[in-house]
Amino acid sequence: MHRFANPGRFMRVARRVRPWTLGAALLLLPVGLYQALIASPPDYQQHDTVRILYIHVPAAILAQGAYVLMALGSAAFLIWKHPLGDLSARAVAPIGAVFCLICLVTGAVWGKPTWGTYWVWDARLTSMLILLFLFIGYMALANAFDDPARGDKPAAILAIVGIVNIPVIKFSVYFFNTLHQQSTLFSAGGPAMPPEMLTPLALLGGSFAAFFLWLFAVRLAGEFAKVRLRAIRGGLIRRERPAESRPSASARGTR
Amino acid sequence: MAASGGRGLSPARRRKRTRLYLVLGGLAFLALAVGLVLAGFRDNIVFFFGPSEVAAGKVDPGRTFRLGGLVKDGSLARPGGTDGAVLFTVTDNAAEVRVRFAGLLPDLFREGQGIVALGALDGEGLFVADEVLAKHDENYMPAEAVEAMKRAGTWQHGEGGPGTAEPGYAPEGQ
Repeated sequence: MHRFANPGRFMRVARRVRPWTLGAALLLLPVGLYQALIASPPDYQQHDTVRILYIHVPAAILAQGAYVLMALGSAAFLIWKHPLGDLSARAVAPIGAVFCLICLVTGAVWGKPTWGTYWVWDARLTSMLILLFLFIGYMALANAFDDPARGDKPAAILAIVGIVNIPVIKFSVYFFNTLHQQSTLFSAGGPAMPPEMLTPLALLGGSFAAFFLWLFAVRLAGEFAKVRLRAIRGGLIRRERPAESRPSASARGTR
Repeated sequence: MAASGGRGLSPARRRKRTRLYLVLGGLAFLALAVGLVLAGFRDNIVFFFGPSEVAAGKVDPGRTFRLGGLVKDGSLARPGGTDGAVLFTVTDNAAEVRVRFAGLLPDLFREGQGIVALGALDGEGLFVADEVLAKHDENYMPAEAVEAMKRAGTWQHGEGGPGTAEPGYAPEGQ
């Protein structure tokens, strides 16, 4: 595990998984779409509307997974000052925000024909909207300062504080009475769904997850390059300036 | 406490351990606070009241609230007034509330189906709804499988319990 804590080695691994994840995402997508839109049966009460599920559910799971990753990275950064933690949290935030938005939009489009409304303020929908705001708030806070490094800490604290929302989303449909139904996949007696509906969900879920990993690896490389660029620029500035600024900079570095 | 546990550690590692405890402790208190707030607000965050709660007098006449429950079998009636209103009974198998609604019903609306209606009680205990939403459960089923089960007589509608097999998809045709 510690072997991968080395940023350089981690980035090499991240670069190597990129073609594989992209390949898996592109390979699974047409198969999953065929299964979801054509091969799988219509639901007995929702008919063809049920097919939105095959996009809505993977997006919801990945949005929450992205948040957990963001909070874990932030915790690693705050506690162990590990630079990879901060970089991965910054890299995953916009991805999570977009998946969260996909979940909310497909949910609204699905809600209109089945429930009769695009949006209600029930506990599940509201907590999911809060998740989107947490992603946006994290990005805003992390990039609010002229010196990007100053945004690391407040953004990391926000990400960790916001993790309490994840169990709230999960248990909102059990703890409160909501318009949103309870969990199909993680219900007590196993998935409340026949295999011919689980197959497209698994295929598209796998495709989305692979795409998520690919995006994450690409964005991580970008964040990594950004920090290196900043360090090189900082080095140039220090070299040009007289020696007086050097001790304070190195003192900050060893803290 | 942290110092006694980490006596052999270097200052840097001791600081890391302190930060770990700070984050974990902070999260524990935060989770406790959020848990207490949500538990305290549980009665206010409810999306709807059930018929039993209405029968227990939890809501006053005239106050707008959401009523949730199952549409009782055989309770759907169309008096045929000028506004095309429908009457039906919402039940939770313990108490019942009669509902009047003039407007578009969602596709999933039918007897035995879970619904959530927004409206208020009039003086006589009739719930006058402004909006009716359909609620469905977490069970998904291929339509063909349900048809086969109905032919075999083994089908039970998920929310309605036994004996609510008749879907009645087009209420206006009844």
